Amino acid sequence: MMDTSHITADLIKSMGMFLPETTLIVTFLLTMIFDMVSKKSKQIAFYTAMVGLIITGIFLFQQTGLSYKGFANLLVIDSYGQFFKFIILISSILVIIFSYFSDELQSAHSKLGEYYTLIIGMTFGMFLLVGSSNLIMIYVSIEIMSISSYILAGYTKEVKRASEASLKYVIFGAVSSGIMIYGISILFGLTGSLNLFEINQFLSSNKVDTLPLLLGGLMILSGFGYKISAVPFHFWTPDVYEGAPITITAYLSVASKAAGFAVMMRYFKTAFYGPIIGSADAWNLLGNIDWHYVIAVLAVLTMTLGNLGALWQDNMKRMLAYSSIAHAGYLLMAVSVMNDNGVSAVLIYFFFYMLMNLGAFFVVQLISNKLKSENSEDYSGLGYRSPVLAVCLVVFLISLTGLPPTAGFIGKLYVFTAVLKSGYVWLAIVGVLNSVVSLYYYVKVIRNMYLRDVDSKESKLVYSPVTIAIVLMLAIPTLLFGMFFTPIVDWANYSAHIFLGN
Amino acid sequence: MEIGLTHYLFISAILFSLGLYGIITRKHAIMVLMGLELVLNAANINFIAFARFGGMNIEGHIAAIFVIILAAAEAAVALAIVLNIYQNFRHVNIDEVDNLKG
Repeated sequence: MMDTSHITADLIKSMGMFLPETTLIVTFLLTMIFDMVSKKSKQIAFYTAMVGLIITGIFLFQQTGLSYKGFANLLVIDSYGQFFKFIILISSILVIIFSYFSDELQSAHSKLGEYYTLIIGMTFGMFLLVGSSNLIMIYVSIEIMSISSYILAGYTKEVKRASEASLKYVIFGAVSSGIMIYGISILFGLTGSLNLFEINQFLSSNKVDTLPLLLGGLMILSGFGYKISAVPFHFWTPDVYEGAPITITAYLSVASKAAGFAVMMRYFKTAFYGPIIGSADAWNLLGNIDWHYVIAVLAVLTMTLGNLGALWQDNMKRMLAYSSIAHAGYLLMAVSVMNDNGVSAVLIYFFFYMLMNLGAFFVVQLISNKLKSENSEDYSGLGYRSPVLAVCLVVFLISLTGLPPTAGFIGKLYVFTAVLKSGYVWLAIVGVLNSVVSLYYYVKVIRNMYLRDVDSKESKLVYSPVTIAIVLMLAIPTLLFGMFFTPIVDWANYSAHIFLGN
Repeated sequence: MEIGLTHYLFISAILFSLGLYGIITRKHAIMVLMGLELVLNAANINFIAFARFGGMNIEGHIAAIFVIILAAAEAAVALAIVLNIYQNFRHVNIDEVDNLKG
């Protein structure tokens, strides 16, 4: 009989560290049950989901400073994961609030119980993904979040473009995760383990063939690339972002990207990190493959195609979709340097990206509630019809371009600094040129709002004070963090060390 | 002739390629999903073969079970979405579902 007492002890200890995720599961069930039981209240699922997410946040906050490998090395709990979990949690809360004010969701359905349930399910998948340190665990969590998001993308199922979006999403998603699991099986055969720590040990003590390692690694990378919509795995992004409900588009562009980046960096650092030789700055990668260049090339392609694609777009959602591809490119640039500076730049950038991107999508959603249009040509004269919203949209767009004095500038500054410090001057130049290109399509919207239809006879758009307050809650930090960014930078620097279990 | 690891790997590589070929060339949504099943099962054969011949631990078998379960869940959702496409478009030809572009 095997002695299982240490396994039990590990499980009990791990369950204690698993409180945020447990809360999410309980919320998931309660949202469903309350929605079925309650006949009267239309918004009961909304309130349950909000309360659940806030309690999750409290438990998550309590994990500050912990570093632990739980569940027989399946999950890692560390401050790096905590940072990403906070980004995911905040964007989930904001997206649920956005859904409350979304006309396209609220008018089409009498009840939105499943909608909120699925968002909680997706959040749960992303929480797991951020902490995964086992390849099967990564695959399972990617599927948990993907399957929820396939349904959410087509939630307004009588709308033609939403059903088309979810079809494209499910096919691209399933294919790339299929390729990923094949890559995982190759890596498993090569190293004899699915655990990232054991793969690392095997790679550092044995010599492996380069070709299968490259093949398996690239196949796994395609799974991550699809989640963060990096070129050449980006084809679904514009179509899905345009077709899905705006709230879900906003969610996909921030939270699922955050989870994708989190797991990608953890995978590279945990599995391929070797003992440090020479300079302590860069991670020394195992296995004779220069992943720096692979990712740098991906970054250049992603930035350039994203920005060039965005130039021709009139639909705001589609434009923001291409812009989110471009932003994935800037972030990949910081990943490609593969050192702790790069990681902390990604964390800083992501925090600001969350604020500005969610803000921009919320303004687009509010305008489309009234105008029934997402076309940027219809935004003409908006600066006079709805002054507050227009000013806020200008703040978000300037921040997305990366101009001072907004938070986006600070994010880009840290990314470029990390790239330059590692000596990739050509990469930084491509990044700066791309930022210049992006100015064109962001400013086009601002021009439509302020320089067209100046003496518009159209009536003013009236919004409730609550919605205006939410927009301001996102716009003011975007400006403030452009000047007082030290707290976020300190937090990111503290969280940038991925726990390796020693 | 002894059947060994290489044979299984060949089979799985062929299956993977056929699945990918099917996904790329087929227009019918159901056929694309069938190609996808081939890709996933190719990975399963790899897992089992490595676990059996590589002298490795039980992890390979467990991985295969997880893949089977997730493939079923994914197929269920994908079929529901295809059904919804049929209700909106009256066909399930992926090439002709192209209202979104640009």
